Amino acid sequence: MPVQYSSIIEEHKAVRGKVGIFDISHMGQFIVEGAGATAWLNRMLTNNIAKLGVSQGQYTLLLNERGGVIDDLIAYRTGESSYFLVVNASMIDEDFFWMASHQDEQAVLRNESDLWAGMAIQGPDAVATFSKACPGAELPPRNGIATLPSGEIVCRTGYTGEDGFEFFCPAADGIAWWDKFLAAGAAPCGLGARDTLRLEMGYPLNGNDLSPERTPIEAGLGFFCDLDKGDFIGRDVLAKQKADGPALKLTAIRYTDKGAPPRAHYPVVSAEGTVIGELASGVLSPSLMAGIGMAYLPAESAKPGTSLQIDVRGRLFPAEVVKKPFYKPAK
Amino acid sequence: MNTPADLRYCPSHEWVRLEGDIATVGISDHAQEELTDVVFVELPALGRSVDAGDPTAVVESVKAASDIYAPIGGEVVEVNPEVEADPSLVNTDPYGKGWIFKLRVKNAADVATLMDAAGYQAHIS
Repeated sequence: MPVQYSSIIEEHKAVRGKVGIFDISHMGQFIVEGAGATAWLNRMLTNNIAKLGVSQGQYTLLLNERGGVIDDLIAYRTGESSYFLVVNASMIDEDFFWMASHQDEQAVLRNESDLWAGMAIQGPDAVATFSKACPGAELPPRNGIATLPSGEIVCRTGYTGEDGFEFFCPAADGIAWWDKFLAAGAAPCGLGARDTLRLEMGYPLNGNDLSPERTPIEAGLGFFCDLDKGDFIGRDVLAKQKADGPALKLTAIRYTDKGAPPRAHYPVVSAEGTVIGELASGVLSPSLMAGIGMAYLPAESAKPGTSLQIDVRGRLFPAEVVKKPFYKPAK
Repeated sequence: MNTPADLRYCPSHEWVRLEGDIATVGISDHAQEELTDVVFVELPALGRSVDAGDPTAVVESVKAASDIYAPIGGEVVEVNPEVEADPSLVNTDPYGKGWIFKLRVKNAADVATLMDAAGYQAHIS
């Protein structure tokens, strides 16, 4: 996927206003099946996978023993004891190695990442695009997964905050399906717009906002960690952190005035002038035309309304802590 | 692609228009098209003395921040407040209202060492 096809702002607006398509073939797909699949995945992942009915999916995290994030992913239940996992491209090998090294004999893990091409079709007109490209077929409900009669996998999920779906087909058919969705009205969108769209929603990006050194509690993802479902890797650390309150919080920050676009690693400075962290992610939001970003900050500086400054090449731009999401899509 | 014949160009995509000992500097049509959507321009301080190749201004798109280098040595004598207020002028009128800064050049003859339009066209094709 290139950074952009036409312009990040145009592509971003296509997704917010109509419909765009992202090539997500680089993402990884794992299959887990077997009589012990549910119990094993519940020990490996933070969310409670036993709550999924067949053909439902959930956002969940894979942690190390210290409670740090190895990866965030979506797990779909495709049968009574079979699952389809979609993981981040850069983490395919590491995820697979970590899971395989904790493998249960009652569950089989398979890496199918090379078999599938993937695309995400996102935006208010995504449903119409689907109907045109797949006449007669029906989209699953929100967070659901379905298999078309011809074998392609359709998931009603995405990374933009808009309605839409993610579509997986055999790798050899990828270009034909891409062209079909373009013909059905989707505008091609690149990595740049993918980043601005997800950040407007406050969705984390692994490698920027998530890391093996930070837990989901610090990242504000406690909702996706079921501490009551039984033991899982990292659970003890999360439970203690939740009880004590995390020292650091992934905090949403928005410029209060015009300024140079915030970017990852720019220092975050308190109103008094002390450096208190650095941006994990930052962009100029095309919807708001304001700088937005996220940073791990001390809990006392993470309250909405707190005045901050972002240091861009030595120049300070005023900003404040806000609630996520930065932007609410029109429903 | 618009590459006016009366200007000189740098490999890093700045253009220069020399009038007397004043050189006006901006970025080429090719550069603005590559950057797309200019959303911020950081201007140099007036009176700053620069050598050829010094990072002198910054043009930012949503995608990235790009340094703008001084094509020749001189002193910053004027900056364009309009591109600070409306950075999209760099996209819509790169050789006109989208100019970025003016230098009083140390040695006007240096401008002749820069690429002409044909040389720049060859450089970007």
